[in-house]
This record gives sequence, structure tokens and C-alpha cells, in this order.
Amino acid sequence: MLKYSNSEMMAIAAGRLIKDGDIVFAGTGVSMLAATVAKRIYAPRAVIFFETGGIDPALDEIPMAVADLRVMSGTALNSGLIEAFSTVGHRKLRTVAFLGAAQVDQYGNLNTTCIGDYHRPQKRFSGSGGGNDVASLATGVITFMQHEKRRLVEKLDYMTSVGWYRGGNSRQELGLKRGGAVAVVTNLGLLHFHEETKEMYLAEYFPGVTVEQVQENTGFALDVSNAKEAAPPTAEELAILREEVDPQGLICQPPE
Amino acid sequence: MTGCSEIAERLFSLDQAVEEFIFDGCQLAIGGFTVTRNPMALVYTIIRRGIKDLHLVCHSNGQGMDILVGAGCVKRLEIAYGGNGRYAPTCIRFRRAVETGKLEFEDYSNYQMALRFLAGSLSIPFIPSRTGLGSDLMELEGFSPEVRSEEKVASRKYARIDNPFSAEKEEVPLLPALNPDVALIHAQYVGEDGTVRIKGLTFADLEQAKAADKVIVTFEELVPRSFIRQDPDQNSLASFFVDAYVKVPYGSHPTACFNYYDYDPAHLNLYRHMAEDDGRFQEYLGEWVYGVESHEEYLRKVGIDMLLKIKASPGIGYAPGLDRK
Repeated sequence: MLKYSNSEMMAIAAGRLIKDGDIVFAGTGVSMLAATVAKRIYAPRAVIFFETGGIDPALDEIPMAVADLRVMSGTALNSGLIEAFSTVGHRKLRTVAFLGAAQVDQYGNLNTTCIGDYHRPQKRFSGSGGGNDVASLATGVITFMQHEKRRLVEKLDYMTSVGWYRGGNSRQELGLKRGGAVAVVTNLGLLHFHEETKEMYLAEYFPGVTVEQVQENTGFALDVSNAKEAAPPTAEELAILREEVDPQGLICQPPE
Repeated sequence: MTGCSEIAERLFSLDQAVEEFIFDGCQLAIGGFTVTRNPMALVYTIIRRGIKDLHLVCHSNGQGMDILVGAGCVKRLEIAYGGNGRYAPTCIRFRRAVETGKLEFEDYSNYQMALRFLAGSLSIPFIPSRTGLGSDLMELEGFSPEVRSEEKVASRKYARIDNPFSAEKEEVPLLPALNPDVALIHAQYVGEDGTVRIKGLTFADLEQAKAADKVIVTFEELVPRSFIRQDPDQNSLASFFVDAYVKVPYGSHPTACFNYYDYDPAHLNLYRHMAEDDGRFQEYLGEWVYGVESHEEYLRKVGIDMLLKIKASPGIGYAPGLDRK
């Protein structure tokens, strides 16, 4: 039996969602690993791209921020923010974006701004950055977060980035022509969205996790009727993640 | 290189440049992004000289924004992102200032702030946006009506129009342009003719510089006219946009500068530790900002060992193998 950590499972589960030829808009942390694992195993023609404007960097080392020098080294092209956003929203491209968030609701809307009142919050976070833009412009968004009741909530304290808005066709009605939430990857499993209602449901729970555990840690009623256990990481996936993608162990530490 | 540079009259010291162009209450834009190419030497000089009540307009200026806020120089902040990557997912003094009500602030997104600078650079009063629809960015204003009536503050955060060129109804958000009083940029090269060359990603630096009334450029290296004109496609900003130049090697430390040096992980970790406590943060400022008289003295404190460790490898642009934990 292979041993692996939670963050390794998350990176690999998200990596499996990338399709060959996708333009992958990566953030930092686990999402960067997911993008790199995907490119090296499932989607060799995927192009990794950063909000700050670096297209297809060499990524011989893991960037610690989206403006890290490592996102502008060995690239096909470097540019500024305006050009970068013209790529994210480009009508000819299928762009998949990875985002993190403090809160997500059942329609995949995200909060990265604050807990409590906006003007005088109990807890302030970094804010939108390019999050709102990517969620508005990309073909799809995959979100990473820890699976906790206070994070998967019925109502966000602040709606920083729009997913399926209020469900159904409400996103299109706002004037957001394409995109929407594709999946949420947590430390417990993989959540998808119903095609018509756009409500979140449990698609896969990770090995060792129970459906009840997922429900207990979710702040709204979650459809689990189609949930199945996720395939554990393969030896190949783990080897590439540990030896090629993050050999310094900066983001994912293998289990003790 | 000749002794009589074409920009001799615009070459300043850090103190002279801040004295001449930055005033209490001015609207300021700073270049760079999170842990890269923040104009830190100018930022430290602003803090040391006790500049107050700044109206800072930012997209994602992590380190420079956070220390200006922490040192009490900023009254008003328009911002998209207050984070420093893995070194501070939310900038700590920024978080503290917002949570304790010490700051007037308003949130936009990165694309929107970049568009606002672009609009300012083109001398157009506002610009449409493709993002923001449905979000609280558009629902909640940060500034009070009193702040709205002040100079350099837009009368509202957003406006909405129905696309006037389409028969079908299509709501489009509009963003107010920005024309800061001053923009501070750190670049790798300045030619003797004053041409500025930024290597690596340029973020919104060029839009900020062209939108601002006054521009101060700090730079790593002054290079001959023949060098900067050999490959003009590489250049970023023409001389006539710049009001003051200051030569400051390592001028963006502890943030990174492509092809010159990486970020300083030890210093960013030290900063995070010191910023977590009000008392310790004052100690940090005392030791690293108020307690040094020049950028050279600051670099002596950083130490030659670290400066060599973060030195960028040519062709790669960063310091491979650097311990970044």
C-alpha cells in the first residue's frame, strides 16, 4: 500500500481534471503542483500560465508567489498584467484556472476578502487579486480548500469571485458569457456541480474518508447520492510529484 | 561611459527625490508585484522622512504596501491584493490596519486596477471592464461619502451602462481612471539617454508610470547610450516620462529583481515574524529603516553572505537552489 499525504492526494486529484491542450492558469501552492503534475502525466500539451503574465515557464523550481522570478524564467513570452488578462478571457482559448478561497458556497462562489463586516472585518484576507477576474473570464475554475463547516458555507461573508452565482442560468444572466465553477478539491474529496441547478455535489471521496465525514464538515446540504471513492495516487503520479515537480518539498511533504 | 550623462540634471539621491516630489497626502502608485521589484529603497526613504497621509493606489504591491501601511504613512488605500505569496498569504500589517479600523480602504481586482492605470495613461476618464459583475466588489463601496468628495477620489466606485453599441441589453461596468501624483518604479537598466529597461514581467509598471504626474525611477545599473539603443525593442519607458532617476543597486531588496537578485527568504521570514506583533514591528522599523542612514548601510546589515546567496544566475534570472523555506 502506497503512503501519501493529503496535499499530495489533492494535487493529483486536481491534476487529473486537466485536459490536454488546456491553458492552465496556476496560482501558487498546491494548485501549481496540480498544474505541473497534469502537464507531466495527463496533458503534455497543456500550457501553464500565470496571472502576472509569464507564459509556459520552465518551472525547474517551484514559485512561491505568482510574481516569483521562477514564473518569468524560461517562458515562451513575458508580458504585463493587461496582456495576461487578455489571455485568460480570450474567446479562442480554453482556460482553466486554479484558485484558493477562505469560503465557498453551494454554487461555487468564492470569498477571499474577509470574515465579518467588510468595513470592519473580524478577519481580513488578501482580497480579489486576479481572482474575480479569472472567475469572470476563464472557461472554468477549480478551487482548492480545506474541508471545514466554516469554509463550505450557505452564505459567504463577501462574494469576491462569482461561480454559478445563484444557480441555474443566473451567471449568464449577469452578463458573464462563459465559465463557472468546475470543481472544488478539498482534503476530503472532489466536489462537482449539477449541470442544470449548478448546486454542488460530492463526486468522489478520498480513500480513508467517509461520506458522513464529508457531510459533517459541510455547512449546507450536500447531495452525496452519486459519490464514489477516488482512485488513490499511483506510484507514477507520486514519483513525478516528489522527484520532478517539488523535489525540495516546499509545498507537499510526503508522510512521515 | 562618458562623464556627462544626458540625464545629469535628473539624477537625484533617494532623499532628494522624495523631498522634491513626494508630499504629505499625495496619491502614490508603486511598481512591482508581491515579492518582486517593489521600489523598496524609495519606500524606506519615505518612511524615514516621516511622510504622512498617503493615498496609495495598488494592484498587488505586497511588501512595499505592507511596510508603508505598517509605518503609518498611509491614510487611504485602493487595492486588489494584500499578500506576499507563501511568505505572507495576507500581508500582516495591512490585515491589522483593516481589522482595527486604521485605514480608509476600497477593494478592486488586479485587472480592474491595471485598467484604471491604463485609462489614466491614455487620458480617458473611465474605462469599461469585463469583470466584477455580480460580486461584492461592485456591491460594496469602501470609502465613505465624505472621502468621496475629496480630491483624487472618484465620486463613485463603479458605474454601469447598457452597451450603447448593441441592440441587445448588455450591462457593462465602468471604472474610474487613475492619475496618481507620483509613481515609483524600480528598473534594471537606465541608459545615459534616460531610456528605462525593465527585464522580466512588467506588471502594471508602465501604465502606472504613464498615468502619473511625476515619475521616480530607481535602477540597478546606468548603461551607455550605445548599449540601450542596440536593442530598443527591449526598452520599456522613454526618458521624457521620468522626472527623477536614482541609482540604487539592490534597490528592491528584500523583493526580487529579475536577472539581478532573488527575493531574500530570510528577510521576508524575519519581516513576517516581526510584523506579527506591534512591539516587534516597531523594533523592526527601528533597526532596518529608522536605524540606517543610507541604502548602503542597509545592505551592509543584510550582509555580503546573503547578497551573494540571492545573486541571480545569468540566463535563468533567479538564484537556483536558494533555501526558500
